[in-house]
Amino acid sequence: MAVIRDVMPAFELFQPASIGDAQALLARYGGSAWVLAGGLDSMDWLKDRIKRPQAVVDLSAIAELRGMRSMGDGLEIGAMTTLTEVVTHPMVRERYAILTEAAEAAASPQIRNQGTIGGNISQDTRCWYYRAGWSCYRAGGNICYADTPESINREHAILEADRCVAVNPSDTAPALIALDAQMVVRNGEQERIIPAEDYFVGPSIDITRMTALRPGDLLTAVRIPGTWAGSRFYFEKIRDRNVWDFALVSVASAMVAEGGTIQRMRVVVNGVAARPLRLRAVEDAVTGKPANEATAKAAAELAIAGAQPLKFNAYKVPLMRNLVKRAIRGTEVTA
Amino acid sequence: MNLFTWGQSPWGQAILQHISWDLFWASLFAGLAFFVAHASYMYLSPHRKRKAEETDAMEAARPELPKQIVRHGGVARLFHWVMAAAMFTLLLTAFLPIVGVKFAWVTWHWSAGLVLAASIVFHIVHASFWLDFRSIWVGPSDLPELKAELLREFGHDVPGPKPGKYPLGNRLYHMAIVFAGLAVVVTGLLMMKRVRTPLFMRDPYMLSDTTWGITYVSHGLAGVALVGLVIAHVYFAIRPEKRWITRSMILGRITRREYLEHHDPDRWVVTR
Repeated sequence: MAVIRDVMPAFELFQPASIGDAQALLARYGGSAWVLAGGLDSMDWLKDRIKRPQAVVDLSAIAELRGMRSMGDGLEIGAMTTLTEVVTHPMVRERYAILTEAAEAAASPQIRNQGTIGGNISQDTRCWYYRAGWSCYRAGGNICYADTPESINREHAILEADRCVAVNPSDTAPALIALDAQMVVRNGEQERIIPAEDYFVGPSIDITRMTALRPGDLLTAVRIPGTWAGSRFYFEKIRDRNVWDFALVSVASAMVAEGGTIQRMRVVVNGVAARPLRLRAVEDAVTGKPANEATAKAAAELAIAGAQPLKFNAYKVPLMRNLVKRAIRGTEVTA
Repeated sequence: MNLFTWGQSPWGQAILQHISWDLFWASLFAGLAFFVAHASYMYLSPHRKRKAEETDAMEAARPELPKQIVRHGGVARLFHWVMAAAMFTLLLTAFLPIVGVKFAWVTWHWSAGLVLAASIVFHIVHASFWLDFRSIWVGPSDLPELKAELLREFGHDVPGPKPGKYPLGNRLYHMAIVFAGLAVVVTGLLMMKRVRTPLFMRDPYMLSDTTWGITYVSHGLAGVALVGLVIAHVYFAIRPEKRWITRSMILGRITRREYLEHHDPDRWVVTR
């Protein structure tokens, strides 16, 4: 981790009051604009003087981006809604308890009061080689400093590594994929609805970005359909300490079972790759099977197929296997 | 426009990373500009066409020649098309992500690179022992032909030397492809040590930062050069007056008439 300096590099600060004004600013500055939500990831980058945007567009004054509203049989969450607001919302607690669990697992109460759902899912990776400002692949260079014989890579990827071995740090991301959420992204007059699963981008597709957001894009809301509302959820986040820490591995799942037989299921893991991974092979394998130890064991083995640990993160393989096993046979999440 | 991009090593030193992608656009523009300029010139300027009677007379004088003459054997044609497929795959997988078409390109890229490398090695062996190795190269003895070709391009009726098996343009293009192709393959094989492949152990520290930088820059320069070269190659392959050459790369043969019209029988001796 680089030494945090007190003085940030100079930039123009804009605090638009509407989505339209924010979009106009993002269109004007393009790739040299920085979108500021809760500021918890941004301030690291700016104070470390690693990112030097020409303009910072602070979204905190845009009322349209805040709050939660019912939408058909689902829910729309404004991108600037804080994690605390998500955690305490009655509809989330009642119908989407997995999101309550995941959002509550993020950082500390103070950070959840400031951090937003949009920021949580769009935050950058915590790879310290990258965040130290070195010219790695993710920073536009031609080397991964975390994937060498001498690297300290205990927290890095065991799956889908493609030159870069960074992992996605978001707690709410796997829960939102499990809930089949959609991201609402605006750019100019265009509005794109991106499935949560496709919102996150691995290094094989784009090594310099974690999400599908391009310069000029603005994430305005997260929509959660009723598809998985009230189903049997499981969320577990394993970390080095129980508060204020990023996940080493996390799992989020939603299951619909009848008479002990799994009718349909979604399983998503995070902390093992540069994007949260939906385990489709596991989902297919368990559908129609009893939710018992034997099914869980077989599915867990399937989950870790192809895992390639680095020098210091082989522990993530059994960890992921056990989390998937628990998600299948596990206890229901209740808020 | 920057030519290169620079980064910073963990020790704070400036390190060369790769070429600026502006150079890709420059090469693409140069290739397309050449295409437009040459096509316009060929369309607007008068060009002497050999009269049919002249060629008739040449054919009548050489009745002993076969009606169909083999210009490229099956093995040579197979090499050419395998190499072309590999080259297109390499260029598309390298540059589509840069222009915004995002996909998992790395495995496709190095796989096509291995196909290209293998086909080049095969071609070197095949050309050295089974083909007329010297017929494709250029040297000082080709200067009179260069002068004659240039004058013909500018509309003059020059009786000067005609080519042997390969027109001068073919040979010059081959030389450019040899340099760019070998540079891109050698540097590409080195760069494979930086990515995970099932072929060998990854070793990003095999070379120093500076040497890696030079390797990446050389790979990039050769790659963008190939963009322009491939555009020129495809352009000439589809030009009406060159289609007999393209057809020969597909079917392997040219007619006796084409042989006599475009080649010097003393420099490319065909026997029945």
